[in-house]
Amino acid sequence: MTARFDGRQGRWVGASVPRREDPRLLTGRGRFVDDIQLPGMLHAAFVRSTVAHGKLAGIDLSATLAVEGVVAAYTAEDLGLGDIVALLDRPLEEFSPTAMPILAREKVRFTGEPVALVVARDPYSAEDGVEAAVVDYEPLGAIVSEESAFAEGAPLVHDEAPGNVLVDVSMFDTPGVDAAFEAARAGGGRVVEVVTKSGRQNALPLETRGVVASWDDHDDQLLVQMCTQVPHQVRTAMARSLRVPERTVRVTVPDMGGGFGQKCVVGREEIAVAAAARRLNRPVKWIEDRREALTAGFLAREQRYRTLAAFDEDGRITALDVDVVCDMGAYSCYPFTAGIEPLMASAEMPSVYQVPEYRVRARAIASNKAPTAPYRGVSRPQYVMAIERIMERAARELGLDPVEIRRRNVITQFPYTGVNAITYDPGTYRESLELAEAAIRDEGWYEIRERAAAEGRHIGIGYCCFSERTGYGSGAFAKRKMAVVPGFDISEIRMDTTGSVVVTSGTMNHGQSHETTLAQIVADRLGLHLDQVKLRQGDTERIAYGWGTFASRSVTIGGSAVSLAAGKLGELLCKIAAHLLETSPDNVRLDGDGGVVQIDDPQRRASFEEIADVAYLRSHLLPKDVEPTLTATASFDVPGDGTFSNATHAVVVEADPGTGQIKILRYACVEDCGVVIHPQVVDGQCRGGIAQGIAGALFEEITYAGNGEPSAASFIDYLVPTATEIPDITVTHLETPCAFTENGAKGAGEGGTIGAPAAVLNAINDALRHTGVELDVTPVHPQTVLAALDAGVHKEMSVPS
Amino acid sequence: MSDRHLIDLNVNGETHEALVEPRKTLLDVLRHDLGLTGTHVGCEHGVCGACTVLVDGEPVRACLMFAVQAESAEIRTVESLGRDGELSDLQRSFSEHHGLQCGFCTPGFLMLAEGFLAQRPDAGREEIREAVSANLCRCTGYQTIVDAIEATATRRCHAKEKEATA
Repeated sequence: MTARFDGRQGRWVGASVPRREDPRLLTGRGRFVDDIQLPGMLHAAFVRSTVAHGKLAGIDLSATLAVEGVVAAYTAEDLGLGDIVALLDRPLEEFSPTAMPILAREKVRFTGEPVALVVARDPYSAEDGVEAAVVDYEPLGAIVSEESAFAEGAPLVHDEAPGNVLVDVSMFDTPGVDAAFEAARAGGGRVVEVVTKSGRQNALPLETRGVVASWDDHDDQLLVQMCTQVPHQVRTAMARSLRVPERTVRVTVPDMGGGFGQKCVVGREEIAVAAAARRLNRPVKWIEDRREALTAGFLAREQRYRTLAAFDEDGRITALDVDVVCDMGAYSCYPFTAGIEPLMASAEMPSVYQVPEYRVRARAIASNKAPTAPYRGVSRPQYVMAIERIMERAARELGLDPVEIRRRNVITQFPYTGVNAITYDPGTYRESLELAEAAIRDEGWYEIRERAAAEGRHIGIGYCCFSERTGYGSGAFAKRKMAVVPGFDISEIRMDTTGSVVVTSGTMNHGQSHETTLAQIVADRLGLHLDQVKLRQGDTERIAYGWGTFASRSVTIGGSAVSLAAGKLGELLCKIAAHLLETSPDNVRLDGDGGVVQIDDPQRRASFEEIADVAYLRSHLLPKDVEPTLTATASFDVPGDGTFSNATHAVVVEADPGTGQIKILRYACVEDCGVVIHPQVVDGQCRGGIAQGIAGALFEEITYAGNGEPSAASFIDYLVPTATEIPDITVTHLETPCAFTENGAKGAGEGGTIGAPAAVLNAINDALRHTGVELDVTPVHPQTVLAALDAGVHKEMSVPS
Repeated sequence: MSDRHLIDLNVNGETHEALVEPRKTLLDVLRHDLGLTGTHVGCEHGVCGACTVLVDGEPVRACLMFAVQAESAEIRTVESLGRDGELSDLQRSFSEHHGLQCGFCTPGFLMLAEGFLAQRPDAGREEIREAVSANLCRCTGYQTIVDAIEATATRRCHAKEKEATA
């Protein structure tokens, strides 16, 4: 494969230029969904299930309709919408397709499930209407854990999913697995086993979900203004549910207050609101409140891994045998399905290590909890935690340094094709590890740790190495057998008469600075000033199709499409310029300064403005075979298995034996996302991701009581870390330019979230290394640490002298 | 629910009239009745701080105050920062330090910092971090927000010293 990346020629890529989205956001002039007011607009609120699992015996909305201000109230029967069905092309023994109705029909499957929709003149009246609704439930037994899901005679969340299993896939079972384990047991090697678990977490964008739906007679279209990472996917699913042609639905996205994956699936509430707007022929707005977001929004992360690994006497891993169970909650999300987590874990579990033999079984189970969706990192924080715990455990049992064992196992030759049939493009797996360790060592943390131990304090150092696929092209999703296959992206570019361009992308910014970074790419490709490039996204009318923003795909895939479109426009500009300069097209080139120059006579030049003037205002001067339009369209898909960013995280923590609290003393991230388009933005993505990873490691969790009642309905119960819990973080960049993308970049959106839980957990275990206790479950709450220390004390006391 | 009160609200130096139910929050009146949508709704129970405004100079959660309670107070929202289309020093500092990503929590942090720095102009980094922990941000990991506020405090202190010695 020839490298497309040709070095850092441009003026904008690589510079932390001021963000173009900042001025409006800093002055309160950003436009978020709740800022949209339309004439005659009504407000929606949902009647939600108060039981986790039950038959819907009756819904009485007569009192609701009598509430002052209430205009309408609907049940599933009233709206008669088509269900959302997410599919995998897999046989029934591997995948049980299930349907998610827009409003619950016949039965409810989680506390908070929408049962009815109330529409009123103002949001206060809509909530009054919700309170007046009377719903009769006949409770059924709730599935709240792996044990209850698999129990004999357990109630079924979906009749279509026997045993409450949605996905059961054994993707890899290489012939030498058993022999490798036998050899490890028989020889001087080791077999280590770790059971890791992670709690159910909320991606928690600060802007909750919301929608304003209105029918536009002029355009003969339903205009759906909402916050989603994937406007085209919403359009497709909504049109199908409403049973209308897709052209009659337009989805636009204003500014968006975060998504982190939670907004990259299609929600049911927005479709219900759109149906109400159509029926009432008036604009209807719904803004999810925080309680709804916490209890009925899409969740993630609740997974259990039983990992067995065989090592030889030199500490080299020889086989991996993994059993994964992911609690996907009540419904499969569109379009990714309940397979999103188990399939991700299965394919990528070997992580950055050379694993010769590999067996994995991964299951997704249905439970009576809010459904799950992709959340920043998708399974990678969990499988990385599993394998990083394995490395630590093996190091301890084999008497090796934790960094040394990683050094012996990490992939160093690229491209590397793993036992998982994935080819990893070149990265800095070993180099990032060495740099991270050097930072910790040079700053004297190992000495500090030993001095602290001598004083009876618990300081520990933890590492985590990982890579993350960031260029998920259609090939990668097709391998998963998704029935809807995301992957490519499209860009359209248009130059106006002044030589400025408007670029449209199928991606959707929600904090990642696309308006700046994608514009940097275009400005360099054409030789324009950044101010002459305007990015537009988040509108299904502007581009034929787009896959939006998730899986760190925006700069790799969207950015490549944008670059290709700009390149095509550049060719067109050169062709016209050659005609105007009366020379051949191969005797001109873009001059990097808003014009086209004649190669053999650089005095002769045509500016973009002059070319655009001819193209639009004096088109009779154009070459005969050129149409009077300065536009270009390009699509891009990542070939092969995609691109892989990588990083090592190093953390120092102190565990307080009195309170059980964990304090992070030092956090270092060494990462490689290929060519860095905007260093400040990449740093920001790393730090923000790490904060969410720390949140998962130490704070955030939604648990469920035996009856399916969720533990967290407000920020009083759901502990989001603040500025005093998240430390300052150093970010060091390595740059291995990617050969598969147009700009040499790999993705940078998720890495922080992936590395932090394992690094923090390893550091905690290192801090507690003298107590004889190892923790393999996140979040690690203070009470967990206290219990571990307590157990350690008892253990010490019981040791015979 | 026809019990409504006609109230005067002094917001950003201007007096506005609003006819409100007593249960209507200051947040909803600012956003929906006065069209000042810069102040954001994040949790409606006083934890996230996205709705932070200044009431008589103090940072206050607009979601925890009823509009009728704010009648005699001077209220400042994010729309009051900056002048003649120019960003204020604090706003510029947020941009310079990349103290915002999605920007949703930003108005709350700006008003929190504005109120805090007025009271503690020479606050150090740890004090700033402590103050900032009143609000939630999901994007930045907070470091750059602390950086932005610290840089503003330093700049303002230098400017004051210069003024004093001039």
